[in-house]
Amino acid sequence: MKFGVIVFPGSNCDHDAFYAVTTNLGQKAEYIWHDSPSLGDVDAVILPGGFAYGDYLRCGAIARFSPVMGAVGKFAAAGGLVMGFCNGFQILVEAGLLPGALIRNRGLKFVCREVRLRTETVHSPFTNAAQEGQILRLPIAHGEGCYFADGRTLDELDAEDRVLFRYMGNPNGSLGDIAGILNRERNVMGMMPHPERASDPLMGSTDGLTIFQSVLHAVVRA
Amino acid sequence: MKARVFVSYKSTVLDPQGQTVCAALRGLGHRTISDVRQGKVFDIAIADGVTREEAHKEIETIAHEILANPVIEEYRVEIVD
Repeated sequence: MKFGVIVFPGSNCDHDAFYAVTTNLGQKAEYIWHDSPSLGDVDAVILPGGFAYGDYLRCGAIARFSPVMGAVGKFAAAGGLVMGFCNGFQILVEAGLLPGALIRNRGLKFVCREVRLRTETVHSPFTNAAQEGQILRLPIAHGEGCYFADGRTLDELDAEDRVLFRYMGNPNGSLGDIAGILNRERNVMGMMPHPERASDPLMGSTDGLTIFQSVLHAVVRA
Repeated sequence: MKARVFVSYKSTVLDPQGQTVCAALRGLGHRTISDVRQGKVFDIAIADGVTREEAHKEIETIAHEILANPVIEEYRVEIVD
């Protein structure tokens, strides 16, 4: 299969994501520049981490108006698989492709360390290779990762089984310990931790590969 | 003509920066301070020949769609001469 990795000015995990899905997962990938009006022939899209457009105004607020985001929106509406990691998650919520918002960490500090995540659902194209309740060790690196949504949205996420991961030991004040979520159609996901930084044995954990393997299963099966 | 847009977190959203500022102010002896909410302000200059109504409409749109995120923030628009 072929992954598309979006490159915004200020993305800095694009090469990590590319490496994870090519070298570690063994699939094809291509970079897609932010002003591209189309995604080409990719099977799944990754919005990588970083500081798109300097994170000016709000994280992801300027990036959502990139020409490529129109293409990502159409791709998602047609059922294409879209993943946002860290800054990519922030862009997806700003774009309205995922509910809620990501605000300043409760402790006000940028937190850069490994966290443990509990897999809350395996009924998604992003977690079908995981075990129910599987604990993943992945790094986080963010200053604005506190997940916020109103009570109704949080209830909906729970009722519709759309929370992908919860933190074990909440590092940033996220409501409901939420680390990653799905859209209602279950083809768009966002998470603050970095699976692409934990896909090579050299990095101390390969738990992130579970997510890319899940996507591969989902695409091959389709 | 100029516009000013104030953006701040909704009262239901935690504002840790405002809380930290509040705690610091109280620590400095300003005991009359009971709460601080931090926000942003945008000063926007508007080209000549635009009516007040047109300006207000456009700035409202900008504030709602770009300057504030309605999920977490509220805003107020002022047109100043």
